[in-house]
Amino acid sequence: MKRHLAFGAFLFLCCVLPSHSEEYATLRQKMVEEVIAASGSSRPAPKVMAAMGKVERHRFVPSWLTLFAYRNQPLPIGYGQTISQPIIVALMTDLLQVKEGDSILEIGTGSGYQAAVLAEIAKSVYSIEVVEPLGKQATERLRSLGYDNVKVKLGDGYYGWPEAAPFDGIMVTAAASHVPPPLLKQLKPGGRMVIPLGASFMTQYLMLVEKKADGSVTSRQIEPVRFVPLTGGH
Amino acid sequence: MLRPPFIAIGLLSACVLAYEVLLTRLFSIVLWHHFAYMIISAAMLGYGASGAALTLLKDKIASHVGITYAMAAAGMAFLMPMAFLLAQQVPFNPLELLWDKTQLTGLLAIYLLMMLPFFCGGLAIGLVMWHFGSNAGRIYACDILGAGAGSLGVIGALFLMPPDKVLAVITALALLAAAVAILELKMKRIWTGIFLGLAFLMVVAVPAGWLQGTPSTYKDLSQTLNIAGTRVVEKRSSPLGQVTVVESPRIPFRHAPGMSLNAMDEPPPQLGVFVDGDGPSVLTRFDGRLEPLAYLDQLTSALPYHVLKRSDITPRVLVLGAGAGSDVLQALYHGAANVDAVELDRNVIDLMKQRFRDFSGDLYSRAGVNVREAEARGFANSTRERYDLVQVALLDSFGVASAGLYGLSESYLYTVEALQTYLSRLTPDGMLAITRWLTLPPRDSLKLFATAVVALERDGMADPAARLVMIRGWKTVTMLVKNSDFTPAEIDAVRDFCRKRSFDLAYYPGMRPDEANRYNLLAQPYFFEGAVALLGSQRQDFIDRYKFYIEPATDDRPYFFRLFKWSTAAELLALREQGGMPLLDWSYPLLVATLIQACVASVLLILVPLAVSRARHALPTAPTALYFLAIGLAFMFMEIAFIQKFLLFLAHPLYAVAVVLCAFLVFAAAGSWLAGRWQNRSANSRHLTMAIIVMAALSLLYLAILPGVFQSLSHLPDSAKIAISVALIAPLAVCMGMPFPTGTMRLARTAQSSIPWAWAINGFASVVGAVLATLLAIHLGFAAVILLAVAIYVAAAFALRRFA
Repeated sequence: MKRHLAFGAFLFLCCVLPSHSEEYATLRQKMVEEVIAASGSSRPAPKVMAAMGKVERHRFVPSWLTLFAYRNQPLPIGYGQTISQPIIVALMTDLLQVKEGDSILEIGTGSGYQAAVLAEIAKSVYSIEVVEPLGKQATERLRSLGYDNVKVKLGDGYYGWPEAAPFDGIMVTAAASHVPPPLLKQLKPGGRMVIPLGASFMTQYLMLVEKKADGSVTSRQIEPVRFVPLTGGH
Repeated sequence: MLRPPFIAIGLLSACVLAYEVLLTRLFSIVLWHHFAYMIISAAMLGYGASGAALTLLKDKIASHVGITYAMAAAGMAFLMPMAFLLAQQVPFNPLELLWDKTQLTGLLAIYLLMMLPFFCGGLAIGLVMWHFGSNAGRIYACDILGAGAGSLGVIGALFLMPPDKVLAVITALALLAAAVAILELKMKRIWTGIFLGLAFLMVVAVPAGWLQGTPSTYKDLSQTLNIAGTRVVEKRSSPLGQVTVVESPRIPFRHAPGMSLNAMDEPPPQLGVFVDGDGPSVLTRFDGRLEPLAYLDQLTSALPYHVLKRSDITPRVLVLGAGAGSDVLQALYHGAANVDAVELDRNVIDLMKQRFRDFSGDLYSRAGVNVREAEARGFANSTRERYDLVQVALLDSFGVASAGLYGLSESYLYTVEALQTYLSRLTPDGMLAITRWLTLPPRDSLKLFATAVVALERDGMADPAARLVMIRGWKTVTMLVKNSDFTPAEIDAVRDFCRKRSFDLAYYPGMRPDEANRYNLLAQPYFFEGAVALLGSQRQDFIDRYKFYIEPATDDRPYFFRLFKWSTAAELLALREQGGMPLLDWSYPLLVATLIQACVASVLLILVPLAVSRARHALPTAPTALYFLAIGLAFMFMEIAFIQKFLLFLAHPLYAVAVVLCAFLVFAAAGSWLAGRWQNRSANSRHLTMAIIVMAALSLLYLAILPGVFQSLSHLPDSAKIAISVALIAPLAVCMGMPFPTGTMRLARTAQSSIPWAWAINGFASVVGAVLATLLAIHLGFAAVILLAVAIYVAAAFALRRFA
């Protein structure tokens, strides 16, 4: 009886879960369209959306969540961490203004999805993770997906990756009470740093730090949505 | 004729209350504290559902009252740990509630699981109430006397042992209650031995850790412990919270919230301090040298020291919420002459003075630093000292605050009256400084600014605009309030401080619009525009039009963290797909969901089973149903509202809840006992009417005089305050204890078969009343909740006159 039930469940899952890469590609395309529609006038650059259209997000979530991988929502990846909502990934990547040939540093590898999106555009991505199991999983995943231009190391992100510095862009997705000064030093003049702030599942706002040619820095705080806090406001 | 099992009833009732209090503690550790509402509601639902079950089964169990009672008590003992452990297995993550509708199923499953022990407890007590109906007064008295003892006892126990051990002890007590019942009801004694043996095993043999909950993986502590090399170096527990100290040698904490981007300083080695898994605040290594503390000068909270320095003041500082000492170190770094550090949790103070004395440089015993173990607002109310600076520390963790997890917490730290108190403790040129996390668009920082404006106005300041300053960094906002106008030199100091650290000026007297929004650029200068609007004549219009609730909090409505507005909920929810989810303060909708869930579950589990069964023939008359509904609602309203009113006076959340709850229950028990005696002599409702008149008069009197009385007596020692509180509550509670036994005994004479119905309806009202009281307080204030309770009691008195 139990065997019949298990077989039935297996058949059911085979019917429900997308079984071919084309089906995932369709879902991915739909996600990209949803992100573009939801972004409104702050639409990410086409190369960012093209990158997100290529990266197989369902490979970066736990197996029981692959069905939801292309929904525009954050998902848990274990160890109290999440894979960000696709629209937030798109906005952060767009804010970094990554160019072909750029070298990018990421603090907080997580599932490796953000690194993969960056790697679709940049020449090389250096990513540091503090949670060992997550870091190992991400390393293996990125390797098996062929992202040879991503290097992941386990350890303290505070001092960045001096051997590979300076960087054209830095993304700090790990929670930080302050911006580590060594990271600012490793940012090239004209480079950008993006930091999402908020709790798990809740990105409150994004901070963009720009380093000018003279080495001085300015910052901008960017809300993910266009929202006027006053009724009748403009 | 058997006597009712009075002792067992008292014991069992003590277990029920103790378990209820303990669960709020356990759920604070494994999830977050606002699930306390769900626990209260689940407890009441269990009681209500037991009434329904009793109605349906009473014919079958009439001849087995003793064994049913003992089995129900033993069932409760079994389910108390089991329900909690099973609830841990339910896949539920509150942070995903608004993303994933299936999380609601998890919430409901936990709610129903947690109801089960209370169902058994309610069944046992209701059974006795029904079977020995003519003794209802004395049974009810034992019931609530036990409840009072349980509520006090559990707090004492939480000081002595960790929560999981307390759970084992309460379980053993429930088994003891079953054993005692067997003796009292003269049943086979072999069961007494079995239950006593199990109780003994529960306390002695259950290994440590078996009953420990598993904290959510999304709590700050759980996430920190995932980092390689971290380890817990100390753990202390008390009813105030579980303090965990964590060391992270490989990847240091380096906690410097919102440090200026211009700063190159790195904090010295730190230990992370977590309370109930939230945090961290940090314990910073201090070797007496001030240079390593330079990073503390790069935070927005350092502003007041620079302003005071410009006036050549060597400040005498009061730090409210000192924790592990970051703000004390900041004061020392800036040359404070003297620091009074107020911290509520004795465990934190002990850790600083003993276990980590060397690491902290013996900070809390250092010359010029005085540590006061007290609740911050209570200390401010009672102190007669005067300070150059009152610094309200950034107490809540960034993660918890930004996830909107505080929405339902009462806080008397940030009310209009609180700010007035702080200002009254300042020297003429002194200032109050409050730092908050930055949110976008601004929410609590603007609410705080509005609160300060109203506080200054209430103090008779003609021009509050001249006495306020607000700055913002990229992660924190600091507001300064003075009793006198800011001088040009002080304003220069503010400008200078911000320029050097690339912090933005949000408001100062005479600020030009073009000075706002220069360093950390926002889409609009929200903070400046908001501050100007809140100081202008159109303040109320601005508050009304703002899409978050920024009306100042008051002592009557102390919900500073409530930012939710119904009128914008749909718009915010629609922004979810665009990444706008954090705009929605979801703890408030969760309360509403809990209320709806409580109503639906109550109807399904209490009223429907009765309505579709033969019990419908014993349906009480409309006045009877109304009576038991009314007294259930009104009792909860009164109790919850008065706990809040006394919280300020007793100045300690534990004393307040324990003393007020216990006093209410003990004197309500006395009222029940009195009602029983009177009813034996006279069957009319004269005494009850009199009790309700006295109660109404006292409630109105208390509402009018308590704030003044509390203010004038705030300097008294704790023991005197407790005695005064008990004396004030006693007459009120005696009156409140009368209606339930009066009605039950009336039914015992006229329609005994309706008693379980009455028990069920009363349970239903209590379920709903517990959550509804909070919801009403958020919107109308606690005074209105008390007035409403009085009105409901009056309606109950009328209903009693029309009993069939």
